[in-house]
Order: sequence, then structure tokens, then C-alpha cells
Amino acid sequence: MEFTFDNNIPIYIQLLEYLKIYLISGVFKSGDKLPSVREFATTFKVNPNTMQKALSELESMKLIYTERTNGKYVTKDKKLIEKLKDEYAITLARSYFEGMKKIGLGKADSIKYLEGIN
Amino acid sequence: MELLEIKNLSKSFDKKEVLKDINLCISSGKVVGLLGKNGAGKSTLIKLINDLLTPTEGEIFVKGNKIGADSKKAISYLPERTYLNKQMKVSEVIDYFRDFYEDFDSKKAKKLLKDLDLDVNEKLSKMSKGMQEKVQLVLVMSRKADLYILDEPLGGVDPATRDYILDTILSNFNENASVIISTHLISDIERILDEVIFIDKGTVVLQDDADKLRKKEKASLDEIFRRMFKC
Repeated sequence: MEFTFDNNIPIYIQLLEYLKIYLISGVFKSGDKLPSVREFATTFKVNPNTMQKALSELESMKLIYTERTNGKYVTKDKKLIEKLKDEYAITLARSYFEGMKKIGLGKADSIKYLEGIN
Repeated sequence: MELLEIKNLSKSFDKKEVLKDINLCISSGKVVGLLGKNGAGKSTLIKLINDLLTPTEGEIFVKGNKIGADSKKAISYLPERTYLNKQMKVSEVIDYFRDFYEDFDSKKAKKLLKDLDLDVNEKLSKMSKGMQEKVQLVLVMSRKADLYILDEPLGGVDPATRDYILDTILSNFNENASVIISTHLISDIERILDEVIFIDKGTVVLQDDADKLRKKEKASLDEIFRRMFKC
């Protein structure tokens, strides 16, 4: 997979988004060991320092933790990941409704459209 | 201790002052973009760091020592223009580098050349300008140096190869080394930069963390550069 970055937005923030989706979608599951900073940097084709920054950010959100000398792991607290998923879903839903509002459709109509999609 | 430290550096050619009171520090493990318009003084600064020009005023330190023979060992430098003898074959240039630099890894050089589809048995004079630039870059990146200084490494190469070169730079430098890249092709190198130094009319107008700058200005480095140096 090729990762693309928008040069107008700090790259570590975009990496953070990719990583969050990995956690939400279960690419890395609760308790899984994560690849090293360098491996991640190679995959995303970014500077290891930038990668490190994104991972530190994720760590400060308690979504991952470092086991000394062993590497980084996904949190064992499944509720945290569920919460992240919930927040993400709400953001997506909200942006859908905002988009529909722009073309003059209210919530009820918007939901009808959603139901029409498989 | 900083990897590179520049103090009150000025350089004049006759009466023309090309660099004015430059102060810079670069630590280990960084990829730094040295960005500026044509004639801003980028190459002069790079030549001074490589001890190829004598400062009019000021001092340059590499790993705490004043530049000289030791700093030349520590720095792997890609000049703007090639200095290689074009009558040599690529394999001969590799031998030449191996004899000249203790830290040169010929195996690595050969692997990189192969990845780039360059034939080691070919004479440089038979190669296109872009191919020659690739050879030179491979040689420079195959040294195990503390500081890599690349003066316009992307100018003559196609976009696909640019990506390969950037990946090569990223995968080769380690936490003890730093890379300084001078270029005006900013958008191509944005994703690999830790820090940027903007230089204009011989002075450093900005040195900052790349992501911090994007956050603050809500724009790409390329855009920030264009705004700042609008003609």
C-alpha cells in the first residue's frame, strides 16, 4: 500500500490517524506487539523521528505502551480502543450529516439515503 | 555536544558579502533542509562547512572540533558539480572511493547501483547527466559518515528516482548521523525533513522543526517558502 501525505498538515498528525485506524480496525489487536519505529518508518516512507513522534503521541493517549527493552504493544484495555472507535464513528457520521446539510437535506432525509445504500 | 556548530560565520568575495553572521546548530539524527533561492548563499555555506573555502570571519565546529582533516573524515559531501574523472568506469570509481575513504562500503554501493539499473562496467562519459548524478549520490551515501551534506541531489533526476533516492537517504542514515540537503525542490523532500533552515541574501531567516512550522502556518513548507520569498 502506498501512503500519501498532505504537505499542509503536520506529518506526525497524519501518521497518528493511520495508526488509530490500524487499532480501530484490528490490524493490530489489543496486546499485540507493534513493529519497531524503523520498520514503521520504512513502511510509511517517513523520517524515523517523525514516526517516533506519532508513536509517542499514541502512547500519551495510553493506546499503546512501551515494555522496556521489548518494544511497543497495543494497550490491553479493550475499552479504550472501543472508545476510540466510537469517537471515530461519530466524527464520520457528523461529517456525513454536515455534507448533506450543505445540499439542503435534513437528518431524516439523510438517514433515508443511508438506508438506500448497501 | 552538537554535531555541527557554526558561530558568527561570514564570507566575502572581494567586497561582496555572500554570508553574514551565520549562527547554526545541527544535532545528530536529523534530516535538515537547507532552503533558499538561487544565489542565497547555500552552496557557499556548504563549501565552508566542507573546508573548501576559508571563512572571512567566524568558526565552524564538527563534533566539537574545528573543521580540518578530521571533519573531512566525518562528512560525506555531494557537491553541486561532479569532480569525478569521466573517463573512469563506475567500478573504477568504486575502487577509488574504497581506497580513499576507510568508511566506504563497496558492497552497499554495488547493491544501490544495481537497484538503480546502473552498469558498473560503463564509463561515466557514456552515461547521461542524470545517471552520473545517481552514481555520485550512491558513492556519497555508501560512506558511513556522521554528516551527509547533499548539495542539490535531485536536480537532474526523474521523479521516480527521486523517491528512491529519498528512501535511500532515510534508510541509510542512523541516529548518530545527520543529513543536510540543499535544494529548491521543496515539495519533493518535505516528507523526509525534520528541520528546515531558510537562508536568504546570506543570512539565516528561519530554523525550525518542519511539523511545528506546518502547524503554525497551516501550510506546506513549499507554500511557506513561496510566501516568504515572493518576488
